[in-house]
Amino acid sequence: MTLTLGHFLSLGAVLFALSVIGIFLNRKNLIVLLMAIELMLLAVNTNFVAFSYYLGDLNGQIFVFFILTVAAAEAAIGLAILVLLFRLKSNINVDELDSLKG
Amino acid sequence: MSQTLSSSTLLVIALAPLVGAVAAGVLGTKFGGNVIGRRVSHSLTIFGVLLSFVLSVLTLQSVVSDGARFNESIYTWMVVGNLKMEIGFLVDGLTAMMMCVVTFVSLMVHIYTIGYMEEDDGYNRFFAYISLFTFSMLMLVMSNNMLQLFFGWEAVGLVSYLLIGFWFNKPSAIFANMKAFLVNRVGDFGFIIGIGLLAAYTGTLNYSEAFAKLGELEGVILPGTDWMLITVICIGLFVGAMGKSAQFPLHVWLPDSMEGPTPISALIHAATMVTAGIFMVARMSPLFELSDTALNFILIIGGITALFMGFLGIIQNDIKRIVAYSTLSQLGYMTVALGASAYSVAVFHLMTHAFFKALLFLAAGSVIMGVHHNQDIRWMGGLRKYMPITWLTCLVGSLALIGTPFFSGFYSKDSIIVATHASQLPAAGFAYFSVLAGVFITAFYSFRLYFLVFHGKERFDQNPDAHHGHGHGDHGHADKPHESPWVVTVPLIMLAIPSLLIGFFTIGPMLFGDFFKDAIFVNLELHMAMEMLAEEFHGPLQMAIHGLTSAPFWLALAGVVSAYYMYMVNPAMPAAIKRSAMPIYILLENKYYMDWFNENVLARATRGLGVALWKAGDQALIDGAVVNGSWRIVGWISGVVRKIQTGYLYDYALTMVLGIFVLMTYFVWLK
Repeated sequence: MTLTLGHFLSLGAVLFALSVIGIFLNRKNLIVLLMAIELMLLAVNTNFVAFSYYLGDLNGQIFVFFILTVAAAEAAIGLAILVLLFRLKSNINVDELDSLKG
Repeated sequence: MSQTLSSSTLLVIALAPLVGAVAAGVLGTKFGGNVIGRRVSHSLTIFGVLLSFVLSVLTLQSVVSDGARFNESIYTWMVVGNLKMEIGFLVDGLTAMMMCVVTFVSLMVHIYTIGYMEEDDGYNRFFAYISLFTFSMLMLVMSNNMLQLFFGWEAVGLVSYLLIGFWFNKPSAIFANMKAFLVNRVGDFGFIIGIGLLAAYTGTLNYSEAFAKLGELEGVILPGTDWMLITVICIGLFVGAMGKSAQFPLHVWLPDSMEGPTPISALIHAATMVTAGIFMVARMSPLFELSDTALNFILIIGGITALFMGFLGIIQNDIKRIVAYSTLSQLGYMTVALGASAYSVAVFHLMTHAFFKALLFLAAGSVIMGVHHNQDIRWMGGLRKYMPITWLTCLVGSLALIGTPFFSGFYSKDSIIVATHASQLPAAGFAYFSVLAGVFITAFYSFRLYFLVFHGKERFDQNPDAHHGHGHGDHGHADKPHESPWVVTVPLIMLAIPSLLIGFFTIGPMLFGDFFKDAIFVNLELHMAMEMLAEEFHGPLQMAIHGLTSAPFWLALAGVVSAYYMYMVNPAMPAAIKRSAMPIYILLENKYYMDWFNENVLARATRGLGVALWKAGDQALIDGAVVNGSWRIVGWISGVVRKIQTGYLYDYALTMVLGIFVLMTYFVWLK
């Protein structure tokens, strides 16, 4: 059995779906939410790499590096905000973060 | 020869009193810091009016002797479309005569006021007001267009309001000035409709331009109705005149206006302002000549006013109110003359009446001063001894009022009666009866007043409420009445002279000469009263001698004799008549229930309408539906919309994802 493009794309889709579900269903921990976002980016990366290999075009893989960099920066900022939020509220429970409620 | 007058002279005539008024009103009151004192402010205002008077007399002289005329607009205020709003003067016989009457009576009243208002704190304010009045009245009579006429009309109304409420601490004065103001608004409503229609159909506010286009208006029907346009215009204008000239049923404000100081009763509410309506109708005579309906209406209103207001004078005990009702009745006479197309007779009576009624009012004021601010004639009597000048001048005024031959009132009043008799209009019969019966009534109440005040037993020390009646002024109450100072008696004498003589000398040129020839227009083919009057006229002397044998004279004599009998010979008789005719007395005492009707029916209905509009329109519709309704709707919508603003991150994320899903579905598959 050979690995086709379809397998990689399926993997990406599964990862993406997992991360979306992780965002929706997670009512507890904000860190899990950040992780789900990271996972979502990784799913996209997988797709990029798969298409890059399939099409023989390196641009896709270069783009993956950019995304990884930005994702790292984003994770750093996200965690920093998280720390500040915890100092403020003593709590990172997603269900209790509803100050935007209308 | 016809020359024009200089516009600067006319400007000075109109503006000199205004300058005086502003000086006294701004600098002489607390408003401007009391910079000038009483002497300066009365000198300034009197000088202003004197200047106006002298120039008016010169103007009259050049109008009469050289045939000088002036009809120009001197300033354009604004132009709206084709409608020009201008300020200008029209001077002809009618205007020149009015100018002289206004400034002369005003001058006399200014001088008189020095004595009458001596003890009043509002001395400077009073002078400012009466000078302002003189200015407004001059603007009214000198105007050459309807806008300026309306300005003067409203300005005199404003000054009248201010002066009726001059003693603004007195609740009755405040009530009276509000009443005068409101009743006059009713009249002004008709007046402005008249002016508006005329301006709409002729496209101009200028008198002579509008009159030149009258031919086009004849036979025009007001759209949407079957009324003749010209009749609607005339009746609208006349309703304005009814308000200002206190004609039934808009007369109710005039008796109450006696709450103001006596000098203004003489100047405004007898001699000049209330005659503005008469003047206006005479000025608009080319219009009124086109509408017999309006003339009949005028005759009926005038007849009612002339007769029924006279009745009210009989039972009054307040000296000023008697004279006020007599003014109403005399205004009714003038109105009847207008209705009979005898405009020049109406204006002639206006002039003679201005003199003798101002005289009577000032004499009444002098009596009031003499008996220490008591106004009730039951507590006077025998004043002849104490106030000889007032007595004599008042006698002259009363004789002129009742139309004694050779007095000025005789010529004008007799002419009115003859003209009414000669009029062919259907309503003239009623009006003729009214003016004829009015002669008896006038003589009766005038001499009732005269006998009760100046003759008979002295009753002035028996007044039960002499010491707590009138609130202002404290004389230290020397018990005997005293003659007034010279500033009061000189105007009385000055007014007595024209009351005595002016009719004799002016009846010829004013009624039958060409003094008014280009000011007043009469359609002689239709309305022949003036022609018939002229046929019977053979000079003032013959007229007076003939008058001795005519019905009005005997009626007047009967009035005087019955007044003498009832109040001098047999004083028990009025009381007996009062007892036997109690219902009529009660009707008269309540002034035909006009005030009752106005207060309880009209005012209440209007207030009811106001309350209904306030509740339904303001509170329910505007406040309730529009203002509160819009916030309620916004609140309800946002109450629904806020439900989706949960504040949870996962909900927002889900929304975003779903949104992307929907958009992508749309772009990928549906497009």
